[in-house]
Amino acid sequence: MPQVMDADRMARALTRIAHEIVERNRGTSELALVGIRTRGVPLARRIAHALKHITGEDVPTGTLDITLYRDDLMRHAVGPQPVVRRTDIAFSIDDRRILLVDDVLYTGRTIRSALDALIDFGRPRSIQLIVLVDRGHRELPIKADYVGKNLPTSTRQSVQVRLQEIDGEDEVRLDDAPQEAA
Amino acid sequence: MKLLLKGGRVVDPAASRDGEFDVLIEDGHVARVGKGLPVDGAGVLELKPGWIVTPGLIDIHVHLREPGQEHKETIATGTASAVAGGFTAVACMPNTDPVNDHPGVTELILRRAAEANLARVYPIGAVSLASRGEQMAELGAQTAAGCVAFTDDGRPVATALLMRRALEYAGMLGVPIVNHCEDPSLKGDGVAHEGFHAARLGLRGIPGAAESIMVERDIALAELTGGAYHVCHMSARQSLRAVRDAKARGVTNVTCEVAPHHFVLTDESLEIPIRYDTNVKMNPPLREAADRDAMLEGIADGTVDVIATDHAPHHADEKLVEFDRAPFGIVGLETCVPLVFDRLVHAGRIGVRRAIELLSVNPARVFRLPGGSIAEGAAADITILAPDAAVTIRARELRSKSKNTPFDGWQLKGAVAATIVGGRVVYRNEAL
Amino acid sequence: MLKSRHLLGIADLAPEEIAAILDTAEAMTEIAARPIKKVPTLRGRTVVNLFFEPSTRTRTSFEVAEKRLSADTLSVAVAQSSVTKGETLLDTVRNLEAMAPDMIVMRHASSGAPHLLARLCRSAIINAGDGMHEHPTQALLDAFTIRAHKGRLDGLKVAIVGDLLHSRVLRSNVQLLNKMGAEVWACGPPTLMPADLPRFGVRATTAIDEAVDGADVVMMLRIQHERMHGHFIPSTREYFTLFGLTPARAARAKPDVIIMHPGPMNRGVEIDSDVADGPYSVILEQVANGVAVRMAVLYLLAGQDAVTD
Repeated sequence: MPQVMDADRMARALTRIAHEIVERNRGTSELALVGIRTRGVPLARRIAHALKHITGEDVPTGTLDITLYRDDLMRHAVGPQPVVRRTDIAFSIDDRRILLVDDVLYTGRTIRSALDALIDFGRPRSIQLIVLVDRGHRELPIKADYVGKNLPTSTRQSVQVRLQEIDGEDEVRLDDAPQEAA
Repeated sequence: MKLLLKGGRVVDPAASRDGEFDVLIEDGHVARVGKGLPVDGAGVLELKPGWIVTPGLIDIHVHLREPGQEHKETIATGTASAVAGGFTAVACMPNTDPVNDHPGVTELILRRAAEANLARVYPIGAVSLASRGEQMAELGAQTAAGCVAFTDDGRPVATALLMRRALEYAGMLGVPIVNHCEDPSLKGDGVAHEGFHAARLGLRGIPGAAESIMVERDIALAELTGGAYHVCHMSARQSLRAVRDAKARGVTNVTCEVAPHHFVLTDESLEIPIRYDTNVKMNPPLREAADRDAMLEGIADGTVDVIATDHAPHHADEKLVEFDRAPFGIVGLETCVPLVFDRLVHAGRIGVRRAIELLSVNPARVFRLPGGSIAEGAAADITILAPDAAVTIRARELRSKSKNTPFDGWQLKGAVAATIVGGRVVYRNEAL
Repeated sequence: MLKSRHLLGIADLAPEEIAAILDTAEAMTEIAARPIKKVPTLRGRTVVNLFFEPSTRTRTSFEVAEKRLSADTLSVAVAQSSVTKGETLLDTVRNLEAMAPDMIVMRHASSGAPHLLARLCRSAIINAGDGMHEHPTQALLDAFTIRAHKGRLDGLKVAIVGDLLHSRVLRSNVQLLNKMGAEVWACGPPTLMPADLPRFGVRATTAIDEAVDGADVVMMLRIQHERMHGHFIPSTREYFTLFGLTPARAARAKPDVIIMHPGPMNRGVEIDSDVADGPYSVILEQVANGVAVRMAVLYLLAGQDAVTD
């Protein structure tokens, strides 16, 4: 069956990650979440919600569009120019410990773009990476600090994360189809 | 030297002749026109079925650019273009450099034409010195030198007074005054017809009234003086109406001409197929459909006397600039016959006889030139046309030095098979 | 997303393309609020600003937009003297091609000059204003400004008042607003109206009250002092009396009207200072929005460039 995580498992993974965050950072002071568009954004909000539930603290949350930082723009015929959406980081990231959130970690290039973007916003104290699924096949030296599920895949397969807020339901699927660069 | 044109349909409106006849040419003159003429040692030009033998076509509005602008055209290349277009004679405009306001220039033009030895060239002299509109040129000396008419073309004759005097004076000499009708204040710095297309493209407009108000002025002066008056390159429906009304009133000394682009194209060409094509920029400009349709009506009902091309060669560099800056004008000698036959004769608007009147009989009459008929004893200036031959206009292959035409690639029906001047075959269409 | 590799005019844009540009500009506005107002997107791309007509506002707007996208920019102000010396557009461009610019942003006094340029050279061309023809990025930033205040373009009554005949801003705006479903009223003296104005898809009137009545947007166009020559208007004083936007006239529009002007303004000629500086005026916002809109255009066209290479 292509489904590798159902709604229940996803919720437990996120809760576990929230606890890990609190433990490793000894609380939530100076923390801020930044979700990478598109699906990193609702995930970041859910984690913020979980952290509030655990600690009673509000953790500031922002959204980051990395389109303008991609390294594959204008290099080859990717088809129509990718759509750019708003970045919304309403707080200063200086001296904060940023928790970057994305749905799937694959080649690592999206995260590299996100790091470039964040550096332009200020000088955070540290950046940690949260992903729901790590599917391997890194092309850059990037690693996730918090992983919902490690999922070995072949490059011929595609991982689809579906979220209630965007797709109407929660699940992670593994299909046998080539994945286009997200 | 004897040449026999055998088996063609001879269309000679002035002689009321239209039928299958042979034409015998001897020593540069028409010796006989009759049926089944004996060969008797003559060279024979076998005409193909459908071909038409007509009096030599005459274009009375051509810019040959020599002296002074030989990068655009010379008399040699211009007359080569003319005979390829079926014209045995052209009348050339005086806006050369220097302007032809002096017998020295007229004589130069005639000498060059004789050297080229292709089409006959009849110079049109300037009405005023340098066409500045201040001082009348020596029209008498110019007529004696060979000018057949006078104009300040490029510009209108500057004032009503000068036009009046010129009509009177030229009337004495027996030659017509030709006018480029345009009120300068209404024309302003316009570059295209004042209408929707120019407005949409942001191009300054020239209203039709700029032309017609001067036509009306000149008709009044022609009636006042009795001098022979000819409107050149008419484009606006209001101008046509003024000429039609004058003729209906009984005025006999006013004639007019229309160029092919004004009965084929409209200001839509500013945008289609490509926007801002400078090969669509000419003065007077291409006007609205109603104006084009009026020209077609006038051609059919007899109001229009002559079709003349206003052949205006410009070097490619000069046209490869912004629309505002490009010079006005397109070439026309080699596109005229295909357009006349395709868009007028084959379209059913006029018959072959009327086409020959517009292209040969009337030009000769208006400018009092020899020609316009295949009369026995007259010089053998004859055009042989193939009205059903398919033609694709290719700008690259035009014999003119310049290639500025909007008709590149057009597929038309109607070609020139051969052109004979003074009994010599000066052009032969190898493709037919 | 954009079908052509050039932006020569609104005439060539479909409504979806206009919407895509405005949506992208929306994302670009946020960059101006960052501490580092720069993204690396056009790094390594060369953009030449070729201005044959003097312009501070549009040129600096493009320069800022290009620099914010990390492009290498070069601004060339072509002196009138080299034009009068006879150097053709073709020659000017051939000289530039040695730098192999990816994009050329051109403003020129002749309508159709960018169309000629697009035929003559390999770079992508952005029209920054050609003669009386079009000024597409102005119309786009005007539309962006309207959308930011009204949430939409369709169904709005937009009145454009001024020298309609000579205005490229009018031609671009009319086309854009029509494509996006707005109702456009064009007003000015008859001597300054283009031929066949209703055929442009506008309600034409010489009565400013009729145009401004119940309008959601009022856009005033500049009237040049030179128009007194050529007999277009007798004087700027009479023009203001008949066509100037006074507070009384502005009050006839909707209560939440926005007042716009492409600039530069002639205070007291087409618009009263109180209106220009008043609470309904969004004139300064237009300028700010210009950068974001131009960034969006540069971004979307730069992608075309690579795809066709």
